[in-house]
Amino acid sequence: MKRIVHKHPLAIRWFHWINFPVLFVMIWSGLLIYWAYDPYKIQIGDYVLVSFFPDGFYKALGVPRRLAEGMAWHFVFMWIFLLNGLFYVGYTFLSGEWRHLVPNRNSFREAIDVTLYDLGLRKTQPPFIKYNGAQKIAYSAILLMGVGSILTGYAIYKPTQFSWLTTLLGGYKAARMEHFILTLGYVIFFVIHIIQVIRAGWQNFQSMVTGFEIVNKHDPDRPIVDNPVDKLPDAPVEPIEPVVKPSLS
Amino acid sequence: MNQAENQKATEPNLPEENLPESVVRRRMLQSFGWFALASAVPVGVYQWIKKSPGAQGIKRPLRNVLNTNETIARTYFSDTHLVTTFPVEEAAKNARVNGYDGLKTPIPEDWKLQIESPGKQPFDLTIDAIKALPKHEIVYEFKCIEGWSQVQHWGGALLSDFLEKYKLGTRSGNAPNPDKTDDLFRYVGLETPDKGYYVGIDMESALHPQTILAYELNGEPINAPHGAPLRLIIPVKYGVKNLKRIGRLFFSDEKPRDFWAERGYDYYVGL
Repeated sequence: MKRIVHKHPLAIRWFHWINFPVLFVMIWSGLLIYWAYDPYKIQIGDYVLVSFFPDGFYKALGVPRRLAEGMAWHFVFMWIFLLNGLFYVGYTFLSGEWRHLVPNRNSFREAIDVTLYDLGLRKTQPPFIKYNGAQKIAYSAILLMGVGSILTGYAIYKPTQFSWLTTLLGGYKAARMEHFILTLGYVIFFVIHIIQVIRAGWQNFQSMVTGFEIVNKHDPDRPIVDNPVDKLPDAPVEPIEPVVKPSLS
Repeated sequence: MNQAENQKATEPNLPEENLPESVVRRRMLQSFGWFALASAVPVGVYQWIKKSPGAQGIKRPLRNVLNTNETIARTYFSDTHLVTTFPVEEAAKNARVNGYDGLKTPIPEDWKLQIESPGKQPFDLTIDAIKALPKHEIVYEFKCIEGWSQVQHWGGALLSDFLEKYKLGTRSGNAPNPDKTDDLFRYVGLETPDKGYYVGIDMESALHPQTILAYELNGEPINAPHGAPLRLIIPVKYGVKNLKRIGRLFFSDEKPRDFWAERGYDYYVGL
């Protein structure tokens, strides 16, 4: 017998994996659009720290002179991005799944501990149920960023129809830059997400496909809030080994 | 209350279950099977789009959705929402010039605005006839499809005033009434004298209260690169629709050909 924990509902897994190719198309086509007017850079005084983007970057990716193509893909897949996002948010809040997602007052302190643990500066990580504090903050932030992308997107897609929104976001130019910065945010999120998924290992990754994880009570990488589930028959298969790690308070 | 207890108070535990190992393995294999199958869908969609025939510079499925976006915009959005205007001091002293298509020959010395309407005798108008109409000025953010924008100050006659005065744009030959949509032609077409640049404008946008036949920029007559002697300023569209040096103006129910729409851009480009 194996003890499994049901981690990700089917709907959440669909929303997650649909978002992957759709967001990829949105970022890629967004880059084709951005190329046509690419003024953003980070500079200190006169020294340009980062330019978005150097010519070599565009050339290597085959970006130049594809504005029309970029706009076409962007304004097709935006609908799927929007609908998938609406369904995700709707499901998360109606199903109660938000209880696992929304940070609470401990999440920020927990996130610091998790970060220290990830950096090797702390021996243990705080216990969690589904997501740790850092995950709660990151996944809630990405949800808000999605809302931000849709709002800034509409502000530059239909600045006359949504002139109140464009004004609220600081004007047309500001809204375009906000839309761009949010996209950089997704790319940064994506890189960290991939690193963390690799670090968390196969059990964690496969749960986004299968929905469940096989429980191992004494996995130091996955401390769970200890709360024996009543009623379910307790049937440990392996003999319980002595706990090596100091127990968590 | 310690941290763990506090957490439990708001966040429920995940449901657990005991299952035979064989069942767990079967469920995993099933899930990954479905996952592999589902992964083929985006690949298939991409291949289908890529292999579709072209429709004016982009693939047919993409063009169809752009046209659907136009239908959504024309159905649900207002035709009279105004573009945000700015104080005149904010207007750029040097308005940006970004394109010479249709302007590669000198301005014809005998320039006249040629007007064609189905069922009507074509006729020409001089620039003075346009200047005789009430003058309107607008300071707004001109938006290029490339992504840049600039606050600019334009002056001229409202296209709607022009259509009313010369009773154009209708099948009946009366002045256009935005409420009598059946009487209106669906599109206005514009071309440069050399036919090197051409656009089509939906009638709602042509009748928009900020659409101008412009002959002034920053209070001065417009120069050749900006589209002298007469150009279209249509703030509810990207710059590509703001045709310079208007030679011919006509009406039609079919979409008039459009320079950038033929090169893969959306036809409507309404903002």
